[in-house]
Amino acid sequence: MTDKNFETHEHDVLVIGAGGAGLRAAIEASAAGLSVGLICKSLLGKAHTVMAEGGVAAALGNVEPRDNWKVHFRDTMKGGRYLNQWRMAQLHAMEAPDRVNELEEWGAIFDRTHDGKILQRNFGGHTYPRLAHVGDRTGLEMIRTLQQHGIHTGMHVYMECTLTRLFTAGEGDDKRVTGCFGYWRENGKFVVFKTKAIVMASGGIGRIFKINSNSWECTGDGQALAYLAGAELMDMEFMQFHPTGMVWPPSVRGTLITEGVRGEGGTLRNKDGKRIMFGYIPELYASDTAKTEEEADLWLRESTTGIASKAKRTPDLLPRDIVARAIHTEVKAGRGSPHGGVFLDIATRRSAEDIKKKLPAMYHQFMELGDVDITKEPMEVGPTGHYTMGGIKVDPNTQESRVKGLFAAGECAAGMHGSNRLGGNSLSDLLVFGRIAGEHAAKFAKSVQAKETDKGAIEAAEKEALAPFSRDEGPNPFLLHEDLMNQMQKYVGIMRNEADLASGLKEVERLKDAQSRISVTGNRHYNAAWHESIDMRNMLIVSEAMARAAAQRKESRGGHAREDFTEMDKEHFAKVNIVLRYGKGGDMELEEVALPPVPDEIKKILEEKE
Amino acid sequence: MADKATIRVFRGNEDGGEFKEYEVETYTGMVVLDAIHEIQAKQAPDLAVRWNCKAGRCGSCSAEVNGKPRLLCMTRMSHFAEGEAINVTPMRTFPIIKDLVTDVSWNYEMAKKIPEFKPRPRDADGHWRMQQYDIDRIQEFRKCIECFMCQNVCHVLRDHDKKKEFAGPRFFIHLATLEMHPLDTLDRRQMMKDDFGLGLCNITRCCTEVCPEHIQITDNGIIPMKERVADDFYDPVRWLLARFGGKKKKSLPIVQSTGDAGEDTHKTKKPKKTA
Ligand SMILES: Cc1cc2nc3c(=O)[nH]c(=O)nc-3n(C[C@H](O)[C@H](O)[C@H](O)COP(=O)(O)OP(=O)(O)OC[C@H]3O[C@@H](n4cnc5c(N)ncnc54)[C@H](O)[C@@H]3O)c2cc1C
Ligand code: SF4
Ligand code: SF4
Ligand code: FES
Repeated sequence: MTDKNFETHEHDVLVIGAGGAGLRAAIEASAAGLSVGLICKSLLGKAHTVMAEGGVAAALGNVEPRDNWKVHFRDTMKGGRYLNQWRMAQLHAMEAPDRVNELEEWGAIFDRTHDGKILQRNFGGHTYPRLAHVGDRTGLEMIRTLQQHGIHTGMHVYMECTLTRLFTAGEGDDKRVTGCFGYWRENGKFVVFKTKAIVMASGGIGRIFKINSNSWECTGDGQALAYLAGAELMDMEFMQFHPTGMVWPPSVRGTLITEGVRGEGGTLRNKDGKRIMFGYIPELYASDTAKTEEEADLWLRESTTGIASKAKRTPDLLPRDIVARAIHTEVKAGRGSPHGGVFLDIATRRSAEDIKKKLPAMYHQFMELGDVDITKEPMEVGPTGHYTMGGIKVDPNTQESRVKGLFAAGECAAGMHGSNRLGGNSLSDLLVFGRIAGEHAAKFAKSVQAKETDKGAIEAAEKEALAPFSRDEGPNPFLLHEDLMNQMQKYVGIMRNEADLASGLKEVERLKDAQSRISVTGNRHYNAAWHESIDMRNMLIVSEAMARAAAQRKESRGGHAREDFTEMDKEHFAKVNIVLRYGKGGDMELEEVALPPVPDEIKKILEEKE
Repeated sequence: MADKATIRVFRGNEDGGEFKEYEVETYTGMVVLDAIHEIQAKQAPDLAVRWNCKAGRCGSCSAEVNGKPRLLCMTRMSHFAEGEAINVTPMRTFPIIKDLVTDVSWNYEMAKKIPEFKPRPRDADGHWRMQQYDIDRIQEFRKCIECFMCQNVCHVLRDHDKKKEFAGPRFFIHLATLEMHPLDTLDRRQMMKDDFGLGLCNITRCCTEVCPEHIQITDNGIIPMKERVADDFYDPVRWLLARFGGKKKKSLPIVQSTGDAGEDTHKTKKPKKTA
């Protein structure tokens, strides 16, 4: 029952994803005078970026004049345990301030300092108050600003349209994108886009974990589509478990509590009321972290009131991987809260008025969904699957993948964050690399002629998409998804070991087989089960990539923790990234690739002390 | 020992449909969106619903529960008494695509018609200085998550279908944001009157009542805009000042949104400040 009546659209540059990265890329490509199509699975303005809370990191130096790009760069590399592509981290730190200022030019209204400049707040792993923010709804401000500017640039927006395949021409190093294939969610009709260049900006993969903070869209589509088209994935073992997700009630398990709570003075305590983080300060951070509650509180007091504090930082704001593992350990040791988390206390630390003003969304979230008044009681929190450091491997200067004309930016791209991302560094990543990807995609599009898309490939994509309708019976896609989430949580979660990872891979294999037998009923109009069955293919690809890379990396670093290799391995794994690609027979191939050498002048910056 | 609840969900499209009844097991903290997902996973896999954040932040899951506009992800099942009917229907003002999903594209077309922000040049040192108290009001408006529930309840759209000449409350607060933005230089007042139908609003406040972000749409946004437009067009002195008085619109005195402006025929209540 192949449907020949697909519609066709043509653009010079196609941007897949309308989060911060996609919007910024599309704005840049439009500014180059090209015809740009922007495609997203949801309505415009609803992408996952809208949920970002705490802020966007940029060394503006408004609150702390000592801040500059070098400090930001150093913090980012250290947070990523030096597995970052140094060039990306450098570009990011250098360009983030311009990108934030540019948002203001397009109508963003950040919170202000006393002298009327953009206010910045503290966040984990950032030496100075660095996150420009709007209360705890920074992502909303950012996406709305980009959206309101974007729609006036002449780009064409295709909403509620899901892409399932990329088309390419040529082989090996000459392989080039020619277009892509997808369906309208509304009526299930197929659509083919012809284009000279694609920017993939499809976001994260959080939906592979049972406990996660992500929206339904975060199913690793872009990573999977690029992988199937011949691009490489990198750093897939590194998954950020955000330390503070809601744990109770079950309905909201995993929903994020912004790190801004700790930035505003919140502290983590166990069931005995003890502040836990003083017991978990790693050597790497020992010299700049407070060892006593008095010093930590002095630092908090000063730095939240705009005083350049000389005290050392509170350990509550150590990078996320460290805090998440500390909570995990406390809970395992039986010192957790009633529902299997620890306590996050802001009530005894700030006035009710301050809390409502600085963290209004958190206040409402707990009031309405958790029956907890955070101005009076502590919150119960635990780790939640949040962000993937891994993704499509790109050239650090252009964001181009291994496939010519295929660029990637934002959460679906790899390299910027190494093994662990600092809070606030994603929103800035979206802006910086969204712009760079847009610029280079436009350049590429201007330099080439469009190519025809292969008819056979279009037919194959149609067949693949319709397969679940052709089976009279088979597994239910929702239950399979649930199954996958449980297996990943159990075997490839926050603490890993060799046996578990092997089990995880086996489960993924089992689910791959089940996925190939899914059956859905009903018609193609807004059919949730059908959509889910297509997303499952992508989730299985990124799950497999994560499990394989995690099994390969025999050390603990950032968002990858092994019970059987608890330390960082300075000899071998400190020097390689793990890369995965679609092999000849369809199997996933894995390769360790040496990190690019760091030039001397960059080494010097990394070694400087504040 | 799981409790059960019965939910009636509209199943159909623009051509018609019916209520289907489903029974779901409830659990602590469950929201209506969870119930819809339960139904989707186990009873009606092709049931259509929009959602993204499940935390009241994206404005995707707007629908009506027992006739009242609500975010499904923020409506607790415990909100309903045992045995109370729970009827879930799509927003009424927009055409139905399928089940709970409506065609809200009109809003996106309207958004495009509003001329975008145009700031004055930066200060000499490259900054733009704005005091927090000067932007508190517009930051309130910027909390809008575009759930379009205010558009859904506004009778000018809902009952009179004036989608051609009326932008609706969501866009009035967007226009108000631009108008009150300390840096903006464009004057959109003529448009507000002629193209966006500000005059059609008769201040019923239905929009404000349903706003999940508790934005004081009417008192803080629409009424001040009406006053500014009225000032502009009916007070010749102010009109001249506004047109030729140097710094353009920002030279106008900022009209407070509280009741003491007193010129309008309606009674305004003191705006509640929602942080
Ligand atoms: C609750 C929460 C709070 C956060 N807070 C912060 C913070 O304070 N600071 C910070 O820096 N970071 C934060 N993050 C992380 C940050 O928000 C995300 O990493 C970032 O928004 C990702 O942006 P993106 O543009 O890469 O992708 P997204 O915003 O996820 O957008 C992806 C887009 O791709 C589209 N898409 C996906 N697949 C397809 C397909 N197959 N076909 C067509 N379109 C497709 C989607 O529809 C969507 O439009 C937070 C994350 C969460 C979950
Ligand atoms: S106050 Fe005006 S905009 Fe709001 S619902 Fe009433 S008529 Fe519509
Ligand atoms: S103003 Fe309020 S009700 Fe209207 S769209 Fe925005 S958030 Fe929704
Ligand atoms: S799902 Fe985002 S507001 Fe309900």
